[in-house]
Amino acid sequence: MANKHVVLHTAPHVKKPQDVPTIMRNVVYALLPIVAYAVYQFGISVLALVIVTTLACLGTERFFGWMGGKPNSLGDWSSTITGMLLALTLPPGFPLWMGALAGIAGIAIGKAVFGGIGFNVFNPALVGRAFVQAAFPVAITTWTPAFFSGRFTEFVPSTLTLPFLIPPETAEWVKQVAVDGFTGATPLALHKFQHVATSPLDLFSGAVAGSAGETSAILILLCGLYLIARNMMNWKIPAWIFIGVVVTSGVLHLINPAKCADPLFMLFSGGLMLGAMFMASDMVGSPLTPRGVMIYGLLIGGLTVVIRVYGSLSEGIMYAILLGNAATPLIDAFTQPRLFGALPRKKSA
Amino acid sequence: MLALFDKLRKGRFSHGIHPHYHKEATQGKAIKRLAFPPRLIVPVMQHIGRPAKPIVKVGEEVVRGQVIAEADGFLSVPVHAPATGIVRDIGLMASAAGPRVLSIVIDVYKAASQQVLYGEPVEPETLTRAELIQRVQATGLAGLGGAAFPSHVKLKIPASKAAHTLVVNGCECEPYLTCDHRVMLEQPQDLLQGIRYALRITGAERAIVGIEDNKADAAAALKAALRPDDRITVELVETKYPQGAEKMLLKSLLGVEVPEGGLPIDLGIVVNNVGTLAQLGRLLPSGEGLIERVVTITGYNVDMPKAGNYRVPIGTPVRFILEQMGVEADHEKVILGGPMMGASLASLDVPITKGTSGVLVFQGRTFMDGENTAAVYPCIKCGRCVDACPMHLNPAQMGWLAGKRQYGLMETEFHLKSCFECGCCSFVCPSNIPLVQYFRIAKAVNRELQERAA
Repeated sequence: MANKHVVLHTAPHVKKPQDVPTIMRNVVYALLPIVAYAVYQFGISVLALVIVTTLACLGTERFFGWMGGKPNSLGDWSSTITGMLLALTLPPGFPLWMGALAGIAGIAIGKAVFGGIGFNVFNPALVGRAFVQAAFPVAITTWTPAFFSGRFTEFVPSTLTLPFLIPPETAEWVKQVAVDGFTGATPLALHKFQHVATSPLDLFSGAVAGSAGETSAILILLCGLYLIARNMMNWKIPAWIFIGVVVTSGVLHLINPAKCADPLFMLFSGGLMLGAMFMASDMVGSPLTPRGVMIYGLLIGGLTVVIRVYGSLSEGIMYAILLGNAATPLIDAFTQPRLFGALPRKKSA
Repeated sequence: MLALFDKLRKGRFSHGIHPHYHKEATQGKAIKRLAFPPRLIVPVMQHIGRPAKPIVKVGEEVVRGQVIAEADGFLSVPVHAPATGIVRDIGLMASAAGPRVLSIVIDVYKAASQQVLYGEPVEPETLTRAELIQRVQATGLAGLGGAAFPSHVKLKIPASKAAHTLVVNGCECEPYLTCDHRVMLEQPQDLLQGIRYALRITGAERAIVGIEDNKADAAAALKAALRPDDRITVELVETKYPQGAEKMLLKSLLGVEVPEGGLPIDLGIVVNNVGTLAQLGRLLPSGEGLIERVVTITGYNVDMPKAGNYRVPIGTPVRFILEQMGVEADHEKVILGGPMMGASLASLDVPITKGTSGVLVFQGRTFMDGENTAAVYPCIKCGRCVDACPMHLNPAQMGWLAGKRQYGLMETEFHLKSCFECGCCSFVCPSNIPLVQYFRIAKAVNRELQERAA
């Protein structure tokens, strides 16, 4: 019996086939419908934005990998996710050069400095967004009407701003293309600053102003369910966030309905759905144990509402998740699993 | 409400995994006998404890069933000649675990009838418990489930303790293996007899046979063979790996948790494997020794039409078994035991021992149960290992510590010693981090440091 080689390997000899690139690739699949809908809504400007941020993320990842003498890590798809998510959180007419900067910043300060995938404390896409939020406060709150005519043939004027230049004023352009009544404000801002309510149906379908990929709550929910069904996402994280949001906003709404919107509105407006489903659930920045996940989710949900109601911004999910990420190591330290057969703690006599 | 909750929890433990079981290939095949190999390699150390001492000399003729190595103290069992032949050599031979072990090599007589002529039949009912324990030791029986702990030691209840329940482990949760399943189906009388003896020896009031619910036919066969006066019940438990780990089985059957660092007897429970007790039921009255066992021989991605369950003489070399199976092609991996906890072999001249439940041949790069590259990625903190660990450890945390070689901290802060190496963490890890392998290294290093300090 000829035997050329024998593989020596210690047990276990079988393996669940789902590995990191498989999971990450499926997250990309889950994001594709959201990107497609964003392009349908806002046109080629968003398509360009997604491509630019993704390329910026991939390029930065590769650059730091090359600097550190590490093997090519683009195949794990995680930087692709960062790029796509980042674009989805930006306004549709966001200048491309700023988008590229956000991508570079996200990967560089959000991920590479910590040592790459698995070692980052914060969600890289949100780090990128926070960077441009601080750097370009006007551009990041300049919204574009959805479904404007000619969106497949022309860019939003601000999209093609030359690098390092301030984007042009779009108010005039908006008046030309907009359907009636577009005020250039998101439902959250409308509610907060002008006390105007938006219909739940519009929130569900996404026919409202907002970041490129956050507007259709139902589509995001479906895409998230795909990942949950394939056991590639911890469903408890979005679930606890939703509970945190509903409870906090429910209490605040009962106390003062004028200041705090009802829980349903809170759930389906703004970036909450996208953030809860695709960013807070990022495995790297979330706690390990079910108890930890509960604290983490409730914390993010509660903070989101508090920032939305009491903060100076109309949106709070981004900082809530970043704070949740920051708290994760602490939560992990306090929520170690209880050992099977653990002896009851001996009282010190 | 509480009763309903109890009902839902019944038969279950928390965490664990659901691998592909691949039992279809062999579970329907009746146990057959494998031919005697021309040469047997019988290690004197097939159990946990002290090695047996050879009492035969090179050139001496041995008869099937004769004692060839005697027990060295209480924590040891004798070894019997698995076939009639001549002792060719007594020396260090390759073992599945790696290091060479003292073995008695027997050239089997081709013309011998291979009748078992040794053994003094007794009526176990007439003996005292102490005499019975001696008898069990004389059979050379050691746990056939894999750990190979001497059976008489397990059945002897320490003076300070008392046993009330005997749990019989018929889970066979390892993928591929079906030998226990077949034994339960084909030898229910032997098994029940063994349980009755064990009840008598331990003084336990009752016995519970726990069987995974994918082997309902085995449970039915046992129930049908029960006598009205038997204090034995048969219960189905969830099919989930590692249901067959004794701590998990006790949780599923009785809802109890063996305390950290403790043994089932601390709770008044004795656990035995079905294969062991089926042998006990046969060997105790006949006074014979353990000279053969049932082994599942199968493979993955390998052409093996004769795959099945075989009664194999102890000491049969794996090479001979593969030849009998007609496996000649190049193969990737040969495993003794199950794929979750078994050892992969460096040499095919390793023999079947008392603790060997399976011989698995894995072929091709797909042995990882899917198109999986073995590339290792950094931990992405997904928490799957935490959700899989049946001991509720934190494998991710221990993995990071192992990466930093902080083995001491793993033991003092994260209960490394509670890990029984089931491999669930490595199985689920999407980053392909060899977690349980790290833990084995950590345990070995800690053990060595402690021995050095002592």
